Amino acid sequence: MKHFVTLASNRIRLTMRNKIFLFFTLLMPLGLFFLFAGIFAKGEPRMVTYLLGPIISLTVMGSFWGLSANLVMYREQGILRRFRLAPVTAADMLASSIAANYILTMPTVIIEMLLARWLFHVTQTGSLLSLAILVSVATISFAALGLIVASVTNSMQETQVICQIVWFALLFFSGATFPLPMLPRVVQHLAVFLPATYLVIGLQKAMLFGAGPWMLRVEITALAGWAILAFFISTQLFRWEPGEKVSSRGKLWAVATILPFLLLGAWESKYGHIQGQAKSAYQSVTAPEAAPGPPAEPAKRPR
Amino acid sequence: MAKTVLQVENLTKRYGNVEAIRGVSFEVQEGEVFGLLGPNGAGKTSTIEILEGLRTPDGGRVSVCGLDPQRNPEELKREIGATLQATSLPDKMRVLEALKLFATFYERRRSPEELLKRFGLAEKRNAFYSTLSGGQKQRLALAMALVNDPRVLFFDEPTAGLDPQVRREIYDVIEELRREKKTIVLTTHYIEEAERLCDRVAIVDHGKVIAQGTPRELKQRSGDTTRIEVRLAKPASEATLKGLDGVTDCHALDGAFILHCQRPPQAIVSLVKHLEAEGNELVNLEISTPSLEDVFIELTGRRLRD
Repeated sequence: MKHFVTLASNRIRLTMRNKIFLFFTLLMPLGLFFLFAGIFAKGEPRMVTYLLGPIISLTVMGSFWGLSANLVMYREQGILRRFRLAPVTAADMLASSIAANYILTMPTVIIEMLLARWLFHVTQTGSLLSLAILVSVATISFAALGLIVASVTNSMQETQVICQIVWFALLFFSGATFPLPMLPRVVQHLAVFLPATYLVIGLQKAMLFGAGPWMLRVEITALAGWAILAFFISTQLFRWEPGEKVSSRGKLWAVATILPFLLLGAWESKYGHIQGQAKSAYQSVTAPEAAPGPPAEPAKRPR
Repeated sequence: MAKTVLQVENLTKRYGNVEAIRGVSFEVQEGEVFGLLGPNGAGKTSTIEILEGLRTPDGGRVSVCGLDPQRNPEELKREIGATLQATSLPDKMRVLEALKLFATFYERRRSPEELLKRFGLAEKRNAFYSTLSGGQKQRLALAMALVNDPRVLFFDEPTAGLDPQVRREIYDVIEELRREKKTIVLTTHYIEEAERLCDRVAIVDHGKVIAQGTPRELKQRSGDTTRIEVRLAKPASEATLKGLDGVTDCHALDGAFILHCQRPPQAIVSLVKHLEAEGNELVNLEISTPSLEDVFIELTGRRLRD
């Protein structure tokens, strides 16, 4: 991994020249921010704090989309082959793109936090340390997820289709778009198997209740463990050549990606409290009115 | 006696049921430009990519700078430089940036600035890769191949898809490297390229080396005779044409006849007389001195570019 730093800084420079990427990493998350904070939360500070959970989660989760598209493009155009001629390893290529993505995603998260403070008067942001740790492990793990998607697909179209499916699952079954307690029970049962759920709820616990890293150990360990596993799997699945096909061993590895959250989800379904935590976080911002309507609904609330 | 830098012995490679390489053997000496000449699909790219360590051989032995590309890929990468087919760089990468980036991967390196000047890219230093012309992209690829001051260079179809003028530009660059006594292995399906650039050539067809030697030696094998290609209005037989005065050999090819002759004027006179007597007519006639193309036709019965 000698060339990791040079490759990462090169990748950052290339990305900054790409207007489409900037749209997805900066403008779209900020658009979501104003939609959630300004319209759904109607600018109410405590509700904005609550919705910062989904907002930041969406910002961070978007990583996988850009990274998978980029890696597939590099492979299809034969760019990876040129790198392969040089003494560069698969781990160099993958780790550098994860690092570049991390550095490019952080400013957006920081801007969102600052805007929440300046425009929506969110002064209580709970445990910033927990927030930083959660955002970091999540950015890395979702980026690694993108690299896995890129490794199991053979063309750009396939990648886009898989990304759509993954994205919608993460979006609508995790509490990232609608608060989890509002979703149908079936979806709530599904949600415990999705990493995004743990991210959203972890962020809300950190910001609303000031939960420290120790209190969030389940969320942090799960996401960090997943990040490490996903990175390892992506190095195993890595293909330099457009003509190379995914090996059957590779497909098994790809399936192993879902293991950590499958296990955690099973455990949560049995003993867990994550749904209860989601509920209490939600009630803490909707009470005392105790009118658990969707934040998107124009429920009258005193300003 | 020159040092052998590259050895290939009985190399084989198959893709599914297709045998791409069927026992290729050759050696390349230090300071030599060695060409693999053959039609598309002959196994040239597979061979060269095995030497670069990008593909795994199924059988045989390969040694580049004393290294086995499979067992010592990392050491090998430091010793070689290459241009590939079907490759590219990110659209928004700048010319100098690309050279500098790849230079950082090596301990032994040449100055990117100097390479830019040498390959006529100094003015394009800050241009995005996507804005370069085909010739400029290829010159950048050549410059990048030299960035680690390699002991052996591999150029896979260095001028494929370029127009003739740009092709000659690339020839000039490769000839300069040849004068510097760089060891180069290149593949091509252009006769001109092999004759002009290579010290020695291996003619490859259907995964086998069918002839090997200096371009001169190879041409001598084809009898060193002048070649007359004729198209006739009416059918004729190879045997009768071969029997004409001054013609040493004749064979049919794509509806034309190739006559080999030691004394061309005599052959033409007797051909015209013969056609008149038969009530046949000449549609077309071309005279050429022997080229590697003739060697290929003689060995395979086909033209190089089908």
